[in-house]
Amino acid sequence: MQDIHARQIRPPFYRDERVLSLLSQIVVLGIVLGLGLFFISNMIDGLSEKHSVAISFDFLRQTAGFDIGESLIDYSRQDTYARAFVVGLLNTFQVAALGIVFATALGVLIGVMRLSPNFLVNRIAAIYIDVFRNIPLLVLLIFWAQAVFLKLPQVREALILPGPIFLSNRGVAVPWGVPTDSWSAYLAVLGAGIALGAGVALVLRERGKRTGRMPFIPLWFLGTVAAVGLVGWLILPQPLTLDRPFLDGFNTKGGQVLSQQFLALLSGLVIYTAAFIAEVVRAGIQAVSKGQREAATAMGLTPTQTLRLIIFPQALRVIIPPLTSQYLNLTKNSSLAIAIGYPDLFAVAGNTILNQTGRAIEVFALIMGTYLSLSLITSLLMNMYNQRIRLVER
Amino acid sequence: MTTAATSATRSLPPPSERYTILGWLRKNLFSSLFNTVLTVVAVAFIVFILQSLLRWAFTSAEWGVIPANFNLIMRGRYPAAEAWRLWLVLYLLGGAVGMIWSLTTRQIGTALLVVFVLPFALMLVPFFSWAIRLNLLLVEVIGIGGYALGRYLPIERRGRAIAYLLIGYLILMLVVLRGFGEDANTLPAVPTTLWGGLLLSLLLAFFGIALSFPLGVLLALGRQSQLPAIRIASVIYIEFIRGVPLISLLFMGQVMLQLFLPDGFPTIDRVLRALVAITLFSAAYTAENVRGGLQSVSRGQHEAAQALGLSGYQTTMLIILPQALRAVIPVLVGQFIGLFKDTSLVALVGLFDLLGIARTVLANPDWLGTQQEIYVMVAGLYWIFSYMMSYASRRIEEQLGVGKR
Repeated sequence: MQDIHARQIRPPFYRDERVLSLLSQIVVLGIVLGLGLFFISNMIDGLSEKHSVAISFDFLRQTAGFDIGESLIDYSRQDTYARAFVVGLLNTFQVAALGIVFATALGVLIGVMRLSPNFLVNRIAAIYIDVFRNIPLLVLLIFWAQAVFLKLPQVREALILPGPIFLSNRGVAVPWGVPTDSWSAYLAVLGAGIALGAGVALVLRERGKRTGRMPFIPLWFLGTVAAVGLVGWLILPQPLTLDRPFLDGFNTKGGQVLSQQFLALLSGLVIYTAAFIAEVVRAGIQAVSKGQREAATAMGLTPTQTLRLIIFPQALRVIIPPLTSQYLNLTKNSSLAIAIGYPDLFAVAGNTILNQTGRAIEVFALIMGTYLSLSLITSLLMNMYNQRIRLVER
Repeated sequence: MTTAATSATRSLPPPSERYTILGWLRKNLFSSLFNTVLTVVAVAFIVFILQSLLRWAFTSAEWGVIPANFNLIMRGRYPAAEAWRLWLVLYLLGGAVGMIWSLTTRQIGTALLVVFVLPFALMLVPFFSWAIRLNLLLVEVIGIGGYALGRYLPIERRGRAIAYLLIGYLILMLVVLRGFGEDANTLPAVPTTLWGGLLLSLLLAFFGIALSFPLGVLLALGRQSQLPAIRIASVIYIEFIRGVPLISLLFMGQVMLQLFLPDGFPTIDRVLRALVAITLFSAAYTAENVRGGLQSVSRGQHEAAQALGLSGYQTTMLIILPQALRAVIPVLVGQFIGLFKDTSLVALVGLFDLLGIARTVLANPDWLGTQQEIYVMVAGLYWIFSYMMSYASRRIEEQLGVGKR
């Protein structure tokens, strides 16, 4: 009797959940590790037998010997592969950062237009979203590069916009500020302005907490910075001089020339991502229940106050997570630069460096490690922000 | 009794707003000064865009490039002598879609009607030959035949029937397209290097979806698993793949795949390598989307299933997954649209999909300078398929009443 009872409590091992779960984990781990070992041992065998090379990152110190079309730092073909890699990385940063700023601005605009009570405005936004969400980004980029920027007239017949801005098939020449001797002094003044603005914001926030009447702090901050900046500009002797481009024979001189590759990549990324951000913004604003708006109106808040104090803070909670993934997508999508010849991280490393050195494993490890850490850092930052603004529950 | 009572007391819907045309205009366009200004600006914007577009389309664009390269754009370098096989695949597709439609008609209603309008709409394309139109008509007829046949399939097991139909269709399609051997009399082999154009884009998308979906569901279940080893392995895979761009995986597939395989292993087909990269990439995203659905199924469902004595496998397959997947249909379709659009990236690793073939047309000296026409058409083709998918998803979502039950 006792024996039977004990057996009922402990089932045979092949039906014991603890044994089974342990076993299934061991099997899965075995398969994963076995496959990994199989691939890696093949790779090591192949490398040592056929090419007699070991994995090493020493090649990064060798001379690169190729030119890069545009660079944020000094670079020449005598520099090392490592420096070329950094040039590509900075180009990726540049296009991603600008892309995020412009795509957010355009996306919020379109998203708000999508909610407009005006029928025509609403329709324009809807068509924009429907068109650009359903076309591959790569097609858009190539179209933009080859069918728009490449089709611009030659430099001699360049389209001239007021500014002057020269639009030609060599890129877009825009007026650009050139720092003078007093530029560094002006930067110091701006820094002081930012510090002052932060101080004003802190004081206002404390006062707002005390009195219960919270002023619109970002506006005060920006206003303070702008005021200090304006005063500094008037006092110091011209920190920047404006360099205007002009036509000189077959080319433009002066100003800053933005290459057509850069512009095509940036505009393609912005137009495409803005369509997705618009949907995120629309969904976020619609997620705030109608009662909130009605209650705000009933309490006598103006429409602007309702938007700023009631709708926007609540919509932001819904918007932040999908917006983060849109930013990450934009950053990863900037790797399509390779299709239109903009030297970003992937084009420099995955194409030129790989072809010259043939070190596939090291190069791909570098590329993937870089993109992976970019993604992880961005999501970490956005998660921290998300934590700060999320709903505090009891 | 109870139903009658509730329907009697159910409140009537509010009366619909009725306007005269002027009233509608007043409410929607000129309700305030600001609104009037917006309307004026919007009208100016629309007129400007439409005018430039129409002027371009009817005066400066050279549309001749499209009929001249139509076969290339549709099927790449797939031999013309074997083109009948593509029609055969389309006939089969018509039949399969017809049967699936009749099986799901009660649930989905007219959602897929758009698919049946499509062949008729295509027949109206001006430069199509009568042979093409006849073939399209045949696809339509077979589709309607499939619909009639589907009436005799067991409706109560339709989920299984649809799965078998799709799997059978995929296999049959592959056999017909690929053929048997080099010198087989019937269906000689057509190597994948000759596949191209819209055919290749659609195939990559079709197989990418069919392969990445089960893998993604498995990964999502793995990530939710109680077993740490399985959970950690799934998380690492998902986060790694989501952190890198697809293009790096595609390049890796082309450059490095052979390195990982033992010496003397036969070279893997380039199309297959691209498909593997797309599948592995898409599976990680599917997993995250399905996880959202899994999290939306309440714990009580799980406990109730256990209380009823269902095994773990039965609980997952019969209780959890059906509810989880239904909740994420729109997200999943959105992701599949993304996958279809992402297939255009294979053009960068040297395959001749829709975008790749467009680039070869532009390299032809006869058609220099027709970038605008070609790329507008390519974008239009991608747009039509993507939009059809999102339209069907919206309709299915409405009819399944997601969020209402």
